[in-house]
Amino acid sequence: MRRADLDLERARAAAAAVPDPEIPVLTLEDLGVLRGVERREGRVVVKLTPTYTGCPATQFIRLAVETALALAGLADARVETVLSPPWSTDDISAEGRRKLKAYGIAPPAGKASVRALFGEETVACPRCGSSSTSRISEFGSTPCKALWRCEACAEPFDAFKCL
Amino acid sequence: MSSTTAALQSRRAPARKAKAGGRTSRPAAGKADAASSPLFSYVVSLADDALVLGHRLSEWTGYAPTLEEDIALPNLALDLIGQARFFYAYAGEIEGKGRDEDALAYLRDEHGFSNVLLAEQPNGDFAATMLRQLLYAAFMHPYFQALTASKDARLAEIAAKAVKEMAYHVRHSAEWVIRLGDGTEESRRRAAAALDELWMYTGELFEMGEGERALVGAGVAVDRESIRPAWDATINRVLAEATLERPAPCGMQSGGRAGRHTEYLGRMLAEMQVLHRAHPGVTW
Repeated sequence: MRRADLDLERARAAAAAVPDPEIPVLTLEDLGVLRGVERREGRVVVKLTPTYTGCPATQFIRLAVETALALAGLADARVETVLSPPWSTDDISAEGRRKLKAYGIAPPAGKASVRALFGEETVACPRCGSSSTSRISEFGSTPCKALWRCEACAEPFDAFKCL
Repeated sequence: MSSTTAALQSRRAPARKAKAGGRTSRPAAGKADAASSPLFSYVVSLADDALVLGHRLSEWTGYAPTLEEDIALPNLALDLIGQARFFYAYAGEIEGKGRDEDALAYLRDEHGFSNVLLAEQPNGDFAATMLRQLLYAAFMHPYFQALTASKDARLAEIAAKAVKEMAYHVRHSAEWVIRLGDGTEESRRRAAAALDELWMYTGELFEMGEGERALVGAGVAVDRESIRPAWDATINRVLAEATLERPAPCGMQSGGRAGRHTEYLGRMLAEMQVLHRAHPGVTW
């Protein structure tokens, strides 16, 4: 393999393994925000997309990726933000969904696009699996989560919102 | 400056041309913007709407009536301030004079802002904040939906991102308006009063200047009048469920797009901009 390709592989591996600062069980790869690695004008460019436009974690993610790239020996690599296509919860990998559930966060249910504006939603409790749950608040501890409560096991829990 | 806005703006480049919109150019600031390209003015107006309303919402941080709302309102604020950042950054590139998002947000005066008057209205009580949010989001959700088809790829991709967030804003504010309107005697009285007070600012959402009309013709901007059926449908449905009466047609307030604001915007900007103006190019 040529050296240039090795650099791209190293950059991808380093960026992919960076944990999300707010949901550290997920890597950026699990979250689906890593949009590609390429070489432009001799420099490695890592493309990231934000989850929510105003998510405060975005800049920490960027810093963490820059640090990871520097540690991988790619100090001159650049991180670039891309918006299109917009990130969706459908981009969270199957592995990411499994990790979320094990961490106590209900993964996003189904396809984001089909959700009606005022439609009812059902979320299964990530602890006991019951679907007898109710929403406490549309907005949870981070922009991407809502606050729910399980009527069966009485535990409150975070649920990843469909976006 | 609220901690929410501050936290969001913490990664900043030095303001390169602090003088461009600074205190010294007070009377000229509005005219200077109006005189620049229609696309620049249009993108700045989208940013100003989002930033001003976003900052208003951030003022609730730490004061909301319940813990859940204390989390929800800053989250709504974050969405709007995030949208504003993307629009300002794009506007700065269009202008090509080295003004970045910070220069546009922090170094323009009241008359240089072109947001709708609805966005700058004070928070009032919780009912007023929720009514203001519903009236705005019920417009911006279908508006961004339509803007995703813009011939301007940058605007289309920012809109595609924002439309998903505005859907939550509509739902959240609608649920509260229904709960307050169809609630206790006091909550109903407050919701009805807020609706009455804010209604006269809704006409401006549909206003377009000459420059914006030209952009609509070019397939870049969205015809605001085309959003009316969707806005009416959402508002009528929510008000009916809230058992609140839709206010009768009345004279509509106007002027925000031209930089003529209610007295509230200047005070809000004074607080929002003070840190950046006192310490130009500050970072933390």
